[in-house]
Amino acid sequence: MKTAKAATQNACKLCNPLGACLAFRGIEKCVPFLHGSQGCATYIRRYLISHFKEPVDIASSNFNEDTAVFGGSHNLKLGLKNVTQQYRPEVIGIATTCLSETIGDDVDMILRDYVRLFENGEPLPNGEPLPLMVHASTPSYQGTHIDGFHAAVRASVAKLAEEGPKQNLLNLFPNMVSPADIRYLKEVMQSFGLPAVILPDYSETLDGGPWAEYHRIPKGGTPVKAIRNTATAAGSIEFTSVLPASKSAGGYLESEFGVPRYELPLPIGIKQSDRFFALLEKLSETPLPENYEDERRRLVDAYADGHKYIFGKKAIVYGEEDLVISIAAFLAEIGIVPVLCASGGKSGKMKKRLLELVPDLEEKGGSVREGVDFVDIEEEAKVLEPDLLIGNSKGFKMSRKHTIPMVRIGFPIHDRFGGQRLHHLGYRGTQELFDRIVNTVIEERQASSPIGYTYM
Amino acid sequence: MDKIEILEGRQRQVFEKQDGQGALDIACETTSLSGSVSQRACVFCGSRVVLYPVADALHIVHGPIGCAAYTWDIRGAVSSGPELHRMSFSTDLKEMDVIYGGEKKLYKSLVELIDQYQPKAAFIYSTCIIGLIGDDIDAVCRKVSKEKGIPVLPVHSEGFKGTKKDGYKAACDALMKVVGTGSTQGIGKYSINILGEFNLAGEAWIIKRYYEEMGIEVVATMTGDGRVDDIRRSHGASLNIVQCSGSMVKLAKEMEAKYGIPYLRVSYFGIEDMSKALYDVAKHFSDRPEIMDAAKALVKREVSALYPELQKFRHELEGKKAAIYVGGAFKAFSLIKALGSVGMSVVLAGSQTGNKDDYEGLREMCDEGTVIVDDSNPVELSKFVLEKEADLLIGGVKERPIAYKLGIGFCDHNHERKIPLAGFEGMYNFIKEVYNSVMSPVWQFAPRKGGLS
Repeated sequence: MKTAKAATQNACKLCNPLGACLAFRGIEKCVPFLHGSQGCATYIRRYLISHFKEPVDIASSNFNEDTAVFGGSHNLKLGLKNVTQQYRPEVIGIATTCLSETIGDDVDMILRDYVRLFENGEPLPNGEPLPLMVHASTPSYQGTHIDGFHAAVRASVAKLAEEGPKQNLLNLFPNMVSPADIRYLKEVMQSFGLPAVILPDYSETLDGGPWAEYHRIPKGGTPVKAIRNTATAAGSIEFTSVLPASKSAGGYLESEFGVPRYELPLPIGIKQSDRFFALLEKLSETPLPENYEDERRRLVDAYADGHKYIFGKKAIVYGEEDLVISIAAFLAEIGIVPVLCASGGKSGKMKKRLLELVPDLEEKGGSVREGVDFVDIEEEAKVLEPDLLIGNSKGFKMSRKHTIPMVRIGFPIHDRFGGQRLHHLGYRGTQELFDRIVNTVIEERQASSPIGYTYM
Repeated sequence: MDKIEILEGRQRQVFEKQDGQGALDIACETTSLSGSVSQRACVFCGSRVVLYPVADALHIVHGPIGCAAYTWDIRGAVSSGPELHRMSFSTDLKEMDVIYGGEKKLYKSLVELIDQYQPKAAFIYSTCIIGLIGDDIDAVCRKVSKEKGIPVLPVHSEGFKGTKKDGYKAACDALMKVVGTGSTQGIGKYSINILGEFNLAGEAWIIKRYYEEMGIEVVATMTGDGRVDDIRRSHGASLNIVQCSGSMVKLAKEMEAKYGIPYLRVSYFGIEDMSKALYDVAKHFSDRPEIMDAAKALVKREVSALYPELQKFRHELEGKKAAIYVGGAFKAFSLIKALGSVGMSVVLAGSQTGNKDDYEGLREMCDEGTVIVDDSNPVELSKFVLEKEADLLIGGVKERPIAYKLGIGFCDHNHERKIPLAGFEGMYNFIKEVYNSVMSPVWQFAPRKGGLS
């Protein structure tokens, strides 16, 4: 069967504004706002809610035909006013859509006009100072959701960071990771005694407790004050393999404020986690705290205990490029061959970066493909006959059809409970991933054996 | 806690029933207020939900990737055969396509996909920017239809060109082009089409079974478990029965005008409305009294099995309060009655797309103090759930976290449900789901019920 080349079938990516909304959700007292049709906000809310199981309010400027013809200025201003009144935010994170970008709305100019309205005497909503407005350009005809995520993080820093005396402070831009991962990173920073700004931080806004009363905006998130301080930090750590400095928050702080940028792949697996912890040791001038030493030792021990179950197994990994690269490097170090490392993203750098981490990837039977969809991946799966699929929920159709066991990671996890609490990063995250992978293989062996072993 | 006010631009969309109030002067059927965080989607969504269950058609979304990605396999609309509707196809337009136009890519995509999947028809949904870049999708559709010999139907569903309701219309326009293109040979006099039933969790099958048991032939269900060939010959049926009034009454009206097929509006939720849906059809075919006899026998059998079961739940659910926020107002009527049958009252009744008559009807049905709301949002819904001390919220995925954060039960009555809630067995499932959520012991830990915050 020939695979269509013009159309995308079962996309292995989402659109740019989704990532921006997610990132804005990680700023304290921030409401994400999409400048476009009502549907964009609603679809994205639904998609995020299904994963995080938390309220995700995203405002929209709600284009109609007049807006599309005459420009979105009126609707954007009215929308900002209404959101301010209803949510009392400190920040409104405005992301554009294909619609507002195509009609060529100059959002920055509209925002300046909006601020001027109140300077010229229009009564302030709630009689309070206007919220800060951060604008990220996120047309859905460019890139994927991960680009929107980074665009929003960079725009937030570009808008808020302020020059000041250097501080004992570290910036950490963790990329699109789970709330549990962010909590882990906070704990790590604390253990090293490193004051840190983690941006975004949706560890509580998207995985919080019950409410005694209604919260207009859920608690948590990176405070504005902290984002202001990012310019005064001693350095920025950025977890990425393919994001260019010109599009990253760390890159912005380096070029504008001379804050050194340390780029690391997402710390998954022992080798990549070691790099992260070594960097923290260096920056904090503190040796690895005992508890992480222990985590690492337990992980090495687990690798030994579990190695036979998994050696030589073949896996297809898919998702955002940065995640796939780090997962593939982790698989390589435990003896699983990442026969296909696939992403709907298309940075042009995925293979090069992955080969830097796993030089013998191709000799061992690994391959890399950017810009693919799930039908492409399925075609490959028919030939590669992998033992495992590792990625988000959207691979389930393929998993079911070809009876390939699946390990769910990343986003979205729509068909399992607790996706927001999965760990991926550091020794602890790697331990969790390792256990789940080994157990998936064991479960398969147990289920397919006619004997019914109670020990494996 | 600070007081939550209703936005100035929305005050005419929210009412509380009071004695001697007279008819509601509610503002509805308008576009959502900018910045209000409406729970509605867009025109595209309206078209997509109506046409989605046509299982042997190709559904291709013309635009950047988002609209197709977010609607990939998201509904519980099941098929007894082909499952092409569960695939997501997009022209995935990029910047260059936006500048130079997407027609070529659409043409190429269509030809490739039709060759690969051999669908019986293709629906082409235009998204926001198609309306701006001026692609002539009608021309592309005509060309491909001619070349491939199947109906290739443009669906003009640019997101910003109206509301979800306009999307329903665009979908009906596309369906109307298919209706009447097949042979009606062999269709008997006692025949119906089931419209506005999307076969979520197999609900259309339950309804179809009831009608067939009454001796009625079902020609086409539109669009649940839908097939292009059935739709082609649906003009041969004697009667259209229309559920989910908002989405497909237009098609019924057009079929009435063009083919002289009368229609009935029905609902399959709750004992009362489900029974009425059967009796009304039987009355329509009154020249054959056996149909009414069969309907009576069916209702008697089902209700006598169901009634004692419901009484068990009633014992504990009696007096509990529900808030209802659904897409179409028609469903809210049924839900109010259904909840009433286990002694539950309704403290909020709202919808995304209701009209004046709908809201007036809701007002008449509800008790004093009930809030009636059009095109609401999370802030308002939370406000009323708290103020009215609801024990249950009925809605969709976007409403669910509101209920859970505030520590009350929730029932998903939207497109994603996996358990049938229609018909008599659906009524049992519905009340059981309500019971399971409202009576769960987990709420004892919710801060509002005395748990720690």
